[in-house]
Amino acid sequence: MSNHKINPNKWIDLYSDYLYNYTISRVNDREVAQDLVQDTFFAGLKSMKNFKGESSERTWLISILKRKIIDYYRKINSNKGQAEVRMSFNTEEDEGDWLEERVADPFDKTAEDAMENTELGDAIYNCLSKLPEKQAQVFRLKTIEGQDTEVICNELNITASNLWVIIHRARTAMAECLKENWF
Amino acid sequence: MSSKDNSTNPCNKANHVCDKAQYQEASLWEKLKLNVHLILCPCCRDYTKNNKKLTDAIKSSNIQCMDKQCKAALKEKFNKALKEQKIS
Repeated sequence: MSNHKINPNKWIDLYSDYLYNYTISRVNDREVAQDLVQDTFFAGLKSMKNFKGESSERTWLISILKRKIIDYYRKINSNKGQAEVRMSFNTEEDEGDWLEERVADPFDKTAEDAMENTELGDAIYNCLSKLPEKQAQVFRLKTIEGQDTEVICNELNITASNLWVIIHRARTAMAECLKENWF
Repeated sequence: MSSKDNSTNPCNKANHVCDKAQYQEASLWEKLKLNVHLILCPCCRDYTKNNKKLTDAIKSSNIQCMDKQCKAALKEKFNKALKEQKIS
């Protein structure tokens, strides 16, 4: 059943941050992430005719982006020529060195932590996409971008008390959504 | 917590201060009054707990969004391509 319609006019406003966050957590490079997001939008625009409406626009764009990320890694790996493996062995000369250096650092970020953060980021953006447009915009500017109240009020032409009402509604909805999907 | 929506309602005030505190915009005096209110009001305690949880989640997720200028440039480029596609 095809329920979803495609409307590229709002793609940048609606999905650029979500796609960017998805990409940056996977490629860890701002410029590369921006390029991949841009390529995704243009590829989506080119292949609009192939959109069958079986999934949402966002899911469809993410599937394009995933392929772009895979292509990116393929490209940089083929440029490398050969894989480099670095191993460090403890030699007898190390004898008597600090033992702390040989044990795992409990505060070090593990792959699991990074993965959990990525998933949490995706969950937050999922919840954000369910908010009304205005609430999502104000929440994003204030909470994610960390902009000043005054700057946001000037940009959106709203009063400070208006902003706080919107923030309150957005935070209540976000907390509720994350409670269901994450906490 | 009452469902009445007016700024004089102590719970509304408390929630407003709690929201501001998440962005370090609440004064010490406001936070002090909020804490006194929280001792007496379990609903606001609940709201504050969830609100803090949300702040912690956002901090720990390290989510990022696209740079404003970069987004504007992308939008311009994309809209141009969109127009061209519509024409052809």
